[in-house]
This record gives sequence, C-alpha cells and structure tokens, in this order.
Amino acid sequence: MAAIPDADKGFGMTQLALVIDLNVCVGCHACVTSCKQWNHSGEAGPLSDANPYGAEPSGTFFNRVQTYEVGEFPKTETVHFPKSCLHCEEPPCVPVCPTGASYKRAEDGIVLVDYDKCIGCKYCSWACPYGARELDEQQKVMKKCTLCVDRIYDGKLPEAERKPACVLACPTSARIFGDIHDPDSQAARAIREQGGYALMPEWGTQPANHYLPRRKTSIKLHPDELQREDNPLKVDGKLPRPAAGEPALDDVTSW
Amino acid sequence: MTEIKTTTCYMCACRCGIRVHVDEKDGRAVVRYIEGNPEHPLNKGVICAKGASGLMKQLSPARLTRPLLRKPGSERGAGEFQPISWEQAFSILENRLKAIRSNDPKKFALFTGRDQMQALTGLFARQFGTPNYAAHGGFCSVNMAAGMIYTIGGSFWEFGGPDLERAKLFVMLGTAEDHHSNPLKIAISRFKRAGGRFVSVNPVRTGYSAIADEWVPIRPGTDGALLLALVHELIAQGLYDREFVARYTNGGHLVIADPHSPSHGLLATDEEDAEPENPAQPQNKLWWDRHSGRPVLSHTPQADPSLFGDFRLADGTRVQPAFQLLAERVRDLTPEWAEPITGIPAATIRRLAHEMGVTARDEKIELPIAWTDCWGNEHQTVTGNPVAFHAMRGLAAHSNGFHTVRTLAILMSLLGTIDRPGGFRHKAPFPRAIPPSAKTPTGPEGVQPNTPLGGLALGWPGSPEDLFVDAQGEPVRVDKGFSWEYPLSVHGLMHTVITNAWRGDPYPIDTLMIFMANMAWNSTMNTVEVRRMLNDRGADGEYKIPFVAVCDAFQSEMTAFADLVLPDTTYLERHDVMSLLDRPISEFDGPMDSVRVPVVPPLGECKPFQEVLIELGGRLQLPAFTNKDGSRKYRDYPDFIVRHETEPGSGIGFLAGWRGTDGKKALRGEPNPEQWARYAENNCVFKHELPPSYRYMRNWNRGYMEWAQRVRLRRWGEPILVHLYSEVLQRFRLAAQGKWPGRRPPERLAKRIETYFDPLPFYFSPLEHQLTDLERYPLTAITQRPMAMYHSWDSQNAWLRQIHTHNYLFINPRTARASGIEDGAWLWVESPWGRVRCMGRHSEAVEPGTVWTWNAIGKQPGAWALAPDANEARKGFLLNHLITDELPGRISNSDPVTGQAGWYDVRVRIYAAEEAGAWPQFRTLTKVSA
Repeated sequence: MAAIPDADKGFGMTQLALVIDLNVCVGCHACVTSCKQWNHSGEAGPLSDANPYGAEPSGTFFNRVQTYEVGEFPKTETVHFPKSCLHCEEPPCVPVCPTGASYKRAEDGIVLVDYDKCIGCKYCSWACPYGARELDEQQKVMKKCTLCVDRIYDGKLPEAERKPACVLACPTSARIFGDIHDPDSQAARAIREQGGYALMPEWGTQPANHYLPRRKTSIKLHPDELQREDNPLKVDGKLPRPAAGEPALDDVTSW
Repeated sequence: MTEIKTTTCYMCACRCGIRVHVDEKDGRAVVRYIEGNPEHPLNKGVICAKGASGLMKQLSPARLTRPLLRKPGSERGAGEFQPISWEQAFSILENRLKAIRSNDPKKFALFTGRDQMQALTGLFARQFGTPNYAAHGGFCSVNMAAGMIYTIGGSFWEFGGPDLERAKLFVMLGTAEDHHSNPLKIAISRFKRAGGRFVSVNPVRTGYSAIADEWVPIRPGTDGALLLALVHELIAQGLYDREFVARYTNGGHLVIADPHSPSHGLLATDEEDAEPENPAQPQNKLWWDRHSGRPVLSHTPQADPSLFGDFRLADGTRVQPAFQLLAERVRDLTPEWAEPITGIPAATIRRLAHEMGVTARDEKIELPIAWTDCWGNEHQTVTGNPVAFHAMRGLAAHSNGFHTVRTLAILMSLLGTIDRPGGFRHKAPFPRAIPPSAKTPTGPEGVQPNTPLGGLALGWPGSPEDLFVDAQGEPVRVDKGFSWEYPLSVHGLMHTVITNAWRGDPYPIDTLMIFMANMAWNSTMNTVEVRRMLNDRGADGEYKIPFVAVCDAFQSEMTAFADLVLPDTTYLERHDVMSLLDRPISEFDGPMDSVRVPVVPPLGECKPFQEVLIELGGRLQLPAFTNKDGSRKYRDYPDFIVRHETEPGSGIGFLAGWRGTDGKKALRGEPNPEQWARYAENNCVFKHELPPSYRYMRNWNRGYMEWAQRVRLRRWGEPILVHLYSEVLQRFRLAAQGKWPGRRPPERLAKRIETYFDPLPFYFSPLEHQLTDLERYPLTAITQRPMAMYHSWDSQNAWLRQIHTHNYLFINPRTARASGIEDGAWLWVESPWGRVRCMGRHSEAVEPGTVWTWNAIGKQPGAWALAPDANEARKGFLLNHLITDELPGRISNSDPVTGQAGWYDVRVRIYAAEEAGAWPQFRTLTKVSA
C-alpha cells in the first residue's frame, strides 16, 4: 500500500498519531466530513451510507465529534470531542482478530484492517474500549481510521499535504499529526509541554493519539489600575471634587 | 485522468478557496474530491464540514434539471409540475414582465436569498424600474450593518472584523458562528494559542463559546443593557481613550440644547464654512476648546475639545459636547441596573468593563508606521488598543437590535479600537461616510413605466428627505422599506413582502420572483399563514399574488409554491463574482475579490440565474443590457462581467483585478477581455495590498482617503468621525416632533419615530416582549445555525444530514423539570402565535430563561427529495411556526429603526406532550422527476 517511512529510524521506533487540541476545537465537524470524503473515494473506501435520504440514515465514518457538557449551569463547560481510532501501541483489537485482518504496522505504528481477510465478526470492535471501529454494513468489513495511509506517503503530493485529510481540513488546526516517539516532532512537543493525555490509560492500551486539555487565560486586575494619574476625567475636570463651600480646616484653624 | 481546478466554495457564504478534483467518467466530468486551497488568502487551505461535503450536493436527489410550469388545474404548494423548454420559460417571463414594465414596474418584485450576486440582481431591478428589490439582509442581520455603519462607517464580516492577530482580549456577543466562519475559526485558534483571553456573552454555550475562557450567560435581547452598563462603567472610571474620543469621534462636537428650537439636538456649525468638499458632509462642526475656553471649528490646530460642559455660543445658543450627553445618558445605567435585566451579576459586568478598559489602556500596541491624518497632522506610529469584539445575528435579530449594535460600536469607540491594530479593522470598500451616499428615489415619481428606477432600490437615508414615500408619507416599496415605519431599512424587508403583497397593502403586485430563498419555510416568519397566503385567491378566483417564479437549484418547500420554476446550477457549474460592488472578500490589508468558474458542466438543462437575468435584460431591452440599436449587448454573464462598467468609460466594473487593456491595472481600468483567464490562473482571487500607512485609522487617514478617491472607492475624501451622537437619528426625531423643516411622519407613527430615533443609544425591551404576558410565556426561544449546515441547504446532503438529522429543543434541566419534561421527551412549545410539538434535551449549557434549537433542520415531508418519513420531517421541527411576522396594528415584528426581523424575540412556554411526533405536519411533496 505505502512506502516504508523514514527507514533509518528503524522499525518499531515510529509511532504516527494525532494530537487533538481540545483547547481550540469548536466542534465544526470539518474533520468528520473531510475524512469521509477522502476515505470514501480512497483506498479504504467506500464508506457506505444506508438510507442516505430516508429515515434514520446511517453511514460509516472513521471520525466523529461528540459533544459533552461538564458541570452545572452557569459553571458549564461544553467540550467538543473528536474521536477516531487511537492507533494504540498495545491495540486490543489486534490479538482478538481470528483472521489476522487487524494488524499494527511495525514501521509507523498505524493500526489497519485488511479488508480481504476481515470476516466482519466484530470481535475487534468488542475489544476496542473506545468504540472506534465501525462495521461497514454494505461491505460487511470492519473499517476505521487509517491516518490516511494512502495520503501521507504519497510522493506525488507536495510535502505539506502529506497529512491526513482531517488535519489539512481542520480550521482551528486542532489536529497535530506526527511521530509521537520523535521528541522533536510537533506532536511529541505538544504532548510534553501542554499536558497531552491518553484516553483511559487504565486499560493499558497505550493509545498513540493524545488530547490536549483546555487552557484558561485570565486577567488579573490590580486596584491601582483603576486609580491612575492619567485618568482622562481629570482633563475634563470630572474627577469628584468637594465644592469650595464645604467645611474645611481653613475655617477653624488660625495659628 | 484527474484534473485539479480552483474555484470558490459556496457551501455557505464564507467564500473559501477550493481545489476541485475532477475525473472524466463516461465522457462526463464528475467531481471526485474537494479540498481547501492552501494558496487562497481567506482559508489558507482549510475547509469546513460543509465545504468537504460539496460533492454530495452535486449528487443531491433534489436537483432541479428542467424548467417547470405548474400543472394546469393543480394548486400552488402541491408541487405538481410539467417540464417546459427554456424558450417557453423565457417567453412567459418576457411577456409578463414587458407588460408590467410598460404599465407599472413596481408590480414586479424580485427578492433573493443568501445569494452573492446582489450587484447584478440589484442592477437588473433598477434597470427594470422596480423599487421592489432586496436580498435577505432585512431578515438576517441588517441591524449589524446599519447599527455599526451609522456609527463607525463600517461593520463586521464582509465590511470589517476583529483583528485577533494582535488583540489581547476578545469579546464575542451572541451567535456569530455562521459568518466568516473559517477565517474566524483560524483567527480564534491562533488568538487562543497566543495567550489571548476570550470572553463569550451568549445565552447558550456551543460552538466558539465552548472554547471561551469565560462564558457569560445572558438573557436574549438584553445585550443592549449590558453594553450600556459597560459604557457607564468605562466613563465613570475614566477608562475611555480620551484622545481617541476627542479627535476621532464626534464626542467633542457641540450639540444645540434648546428644546424650543428647530435645531434642538443638531450639531452647532460654523456658518462661515460655506463650501464643503462633500456637500452632504460639511466639516463645519464646533468644539469648545478647553484651552482657550471658546468655541472653535472642530479640529482647529492646537485646540482640544472639552468633552464635558454646558456652554453658550456668542449668539446665546446653549450647547453641550456630545460626550457630555452620552455620559448623562448612561449615568444611571449602572451594572446594578443591568443585572436584573440581563441576568449577569453586576460585579461581573463591572469586572468586564475594567478588563476591557485596562487592557485597552495598558497593553497598547505601537506600530512603527508613519501616517498623516485628514487634518494634516503627521504621526510616527499607529497605536492599537488590543480589545476586539465580534457579533452578528445574536445581537441583530431583535427588534431592539439597532440600538444594541450602535451601543456596541460606541463601546468599541470609547475603548479607542476603531481601525486600529488589535481592535476592529475595516475591509475595503469600507469605511464609508455616515451614512454612505447611495440613495433610493424619494417619491413615487422615481418609478416610471419603461424607465430605470430613479435611484437605487436600497440606499442609506441621512434625513427624512431621503425616505422613499409619497406625499402622504406612505411607502412606495411593497415591503414598506424606507418608509416612516422602518426608515433606515437599508437591506429592505424581505420578510414583509408576501404578507403585504397578499393583503394589497400598500398595493398588490403581479409577479413575485424569488431567487434561492426558502420563503415558504425557514426564511419566513409565521410560516403556516405565509404558505396560506401564497395559495390564497381573491373573489375573482385568481391568486392574490398572481404569478410566482422561483429560481433554485434544488426542490425546496418554496419551489412547490411556484408557478414557474427555473433550475439554477450549483456553485461548481457556473461563473460568479464576489464583487467590490456587492460584498467582496476584502481583508484588513486591502481590497480583495474573487470568482467562481465552472469546474463541471451544468446538470441537465440547468442554467445559472445570472444567465437568466442577462437573457431577460436583453429581451426586455433594459438599457444596461442593450445596445443603442436595441440588440442584446452581452453574449452571456462572463461577457457582461468583463465589459460592464458602472458608467460608460468609468473603468469600474464588477471585478477589480487585472483591469486595463493590458491587464495591469487594479481596481479601475478599461475592460480586459482576458480577465476571467487571469482570475482562473490566480486561484480565482485578486488581492490588492495597501501600503502599511494606509492600513489603519482609515476613517481619518489622508493617504488612504486620497488613494480611495483615486481608485474611486470613495467620491469624497472627508474624514469619517465616529457618531457617538447620531445627528441622523435626531433629524428624524425632530420631524416626529414637528420641528423639522421638511418631511414629517404620518400622525400614527410620530410617537414611534420620536421614541426610537434617539440620537443616543438606549435600551428598551424587545417590542414583542413588551406586548407579551411574560408570566404566561416565561421563556425566550431562539435558534442558531449548526456549523455543519447552512440555512435549509444541507438536509439533502447525505453526509451532512447524518450530523444533524433532526433537531431538539434544548432546555436547562431546572426549567425542564419544573415543567415535568424529561430528557428526550416530546413536549409542546407554545408561543402566543402557535404551538409546535418537538423533542426536548436537557442542557446545562443554556441559561434557564432560554430554550433553543438548530435552525432549518426540520423539513416538510418530501421536500429536498427526502423520503416522507425522513427524520427531518417526523422528528425535526421548525421554530418559525411560533414566530409572528406582525405585531398588533399590522406593523412588522421588526426593529422600528431598520426593519430587521425580530425573530429572536418570541416568548414561549413549554409543557409535556402526551403524544409523540413532530407537529404541525404538512402535506407530503412528491419528488419532481428529473
């Protein structure tokens, strides 16, 4: 399918992944349909749609955005949470596959499904604690995010465009793509410096995809910032001043 | 073989650059993949959910492919049609329109939806001679345009925006996700990553508000009170930018304070300055110079205006600085006053004011850019106060929206952020004079048979003399635009057209032509009644609106009501221009326009609406579309775009790029036959970068003004002072008080004009709230548009409809439980005007006095070629059914200043429903066979 990447790093060293910055994701679903568009007509496709114009339409998507509310009004956070295959370093979907259709590539860590071997038994989707796999109801094979493996090594594309479709589409550039094992990659740096975390680490799956948390900016105001010498009200004589006629020490002292 | 072509997206009005991969299949070009164009200055390669689903729009089963005529004997709304040829369609229109034009051109009304060709549709209407033309702005967001343009000479989105590249504090008010969406998403993301602080004021926390550092929930329609309290606090604390206010606003101008004088409330002038450069904008206002203690001409060198005070001119006239009046206006409008109105704690309002004021004052930006102001003062730097704002429909779609938006513009001005780095920045052709100079005819004599309209169909009134009314002060336009009912209705009132034409008030019309507006569904208020009106017949058995022609690419709820359906193309099948004559895609640093070029041929017999207009223009022999010998002037739309000039030899056309016979002129130059090719070679976009010294302070920047005059963006070069105080509004108020020497309003409207044409901003509860029993209807119901959908366009899109297949009413759990409504249950939502049954979802992200839903997801069964049992029809619902188009007294449910539809003002109550299923239901439309 694709050329072997960065061979001098050696097999098993590279782990491609997405680092998704929840601090800037506005939940616009650009990643959802750009993924669908690329992969529908790419090597992982088609991504079929049942009842596309009828009741309860249901299609295959590799990537979906879920929205959660956290906290009670008015202290509510709305979190848009894009989710796709996390390309686990210890993917539970792989050992359960009876045909060897699910596999993890040694050269770049991408977890893939070989459609020719898949019998649609769904063991892998039961094993996946993240619900990242979807059975294509038309083809009866299990499908999921490939990190656009048919794009990222395509030498015909300009280098800047050798990225998953969702990464190129994302208007807030909330999706950082790279080798998380390479400490100098933007992805690894983001995880390290911005508190990137993996989903449900207790399962021991070591997801390669990470999420960056919300970060809040606040302004600290100091009282003296409201009492400044250069207050413009002074220019216009509008700072409160007592009237000349009000009682003063001048009236009662005479030494 | 795949070919990659660049063009411009139209899955929403954002106008991003796209690259379309086109394959040859069975001898036919088919779209295979659409991606953002990395070389496009607007979206820089990104694309949104809609844009990435464009190819599914090409495959929509709702495509119309042939002209259709309503079947004889079938009724409107049944959607029963027979195909006809284009020649038949054109001759039907030609005969009908010729007769109208030679008799009474205003019997033809042309209203358009969210199109991007108002320069052409407006030209066609004007040439036809009808005043009855507008696009959808009166329904959408005219308050945002008018409120800001009448205050700072520019507005948000196409006309200007927040400079988030340099801002430190960004405050977004109300829903604004659906305008300028990708560029704004890019900017907000960069802003947040650079450590900026983002505050969102919104009844609902979704979309961009989700990533705000602070969410400030507010009750809908009360933003004006919040903004006035912020202005109060900025003035009370001295946190305004005094130098900016003094020099660049009319805050120092002296206002005549003599209630008995016909000049009361107007600005005092120096009568000796008799020869202004621009007669409409004499620069003869007075300051009270605080150094010399006497009145001087505004901007006299060395003088500095008193912003406060109470003075007498030499002739004894009492005058006060405009700023003094503003300060008096907000003196009692404290945060404590605003708290019970807005639901925002006073301490929060006060803190927000301090954050804004202190950031603007202490985080100043100084760019080493020399510029010269309009009074000849040379400046070595450009100063920026890095507080930026953004707002759109959330503020606009209320009947008090004009004053709310004006207050926002005033707040931005007090902070000194207008056309400065880190604040608000204009986009060409803005800034414009206040008001801009385009005007409508001023009376019925402007409408004559076989004659172009005696002015523009839409303009910018500056005084009662500019209104478009007859001798009795009654409207000339069928939508009553520019009448005393809605004097500053600068985008028209699309939402009144069907009702007014049906009722014959002010008069009946003959032919209603609709382009791309779903006025039988989500682009109307009072939907059920409007649909009845479209189908209603008079005593003579004829339809009250005799002929309805609809041009659209897709089978919508509206096309079902057409007598004649014209099949438009999709955006990938036609030429189009995003023109400086309309709403260009200019960016802060200079004018920019763009085009669409066809990447695939039209489906079936589809024809772009542009071509329909060019063809009709020739057939009707409209002057602009006809040679002197009466023959047709333009071969087709691309030919028109290249050769049309605003006046013979003006050198100004629809496109600004690659003009001149050698293609080397920008903005102004002779027509260039190769212009389309140049655009196609350049990513379909033209960008003219201004030198740095022309990029800021443009209201008052001499260099920019001279450049703008040279390229004819502006006729005059006078400075555009911010109108903290609106003399324009005061002129109308004086007329209402019987003091204005010219036109006066009809008696029944005098009180209304006097109240709402306040030269200073004020807060009033939305008109509908004032008329509603708020105890019976305790909640406000609002809508917003999901980022993955645009208007009603995308339920036909197999991918996008899976994201929003049906909609819910979102309710705060406390509010829901108080009414016994469980999460996910069916409920009734009832307004004084009707009720709807829908499903509710509990949400902690909505303030308890508000319920809301996604707009335009609910559909009529069978519309948009969806199956009759599609979720959109059976589970989805349309809130428009609950919204009235009129208030008692047959006055539109609109802003009394601008006519903006007040469709965010509806009050409702909710209660549990016994039965399931969306209600009301409508007849099932059958699919038009291709």
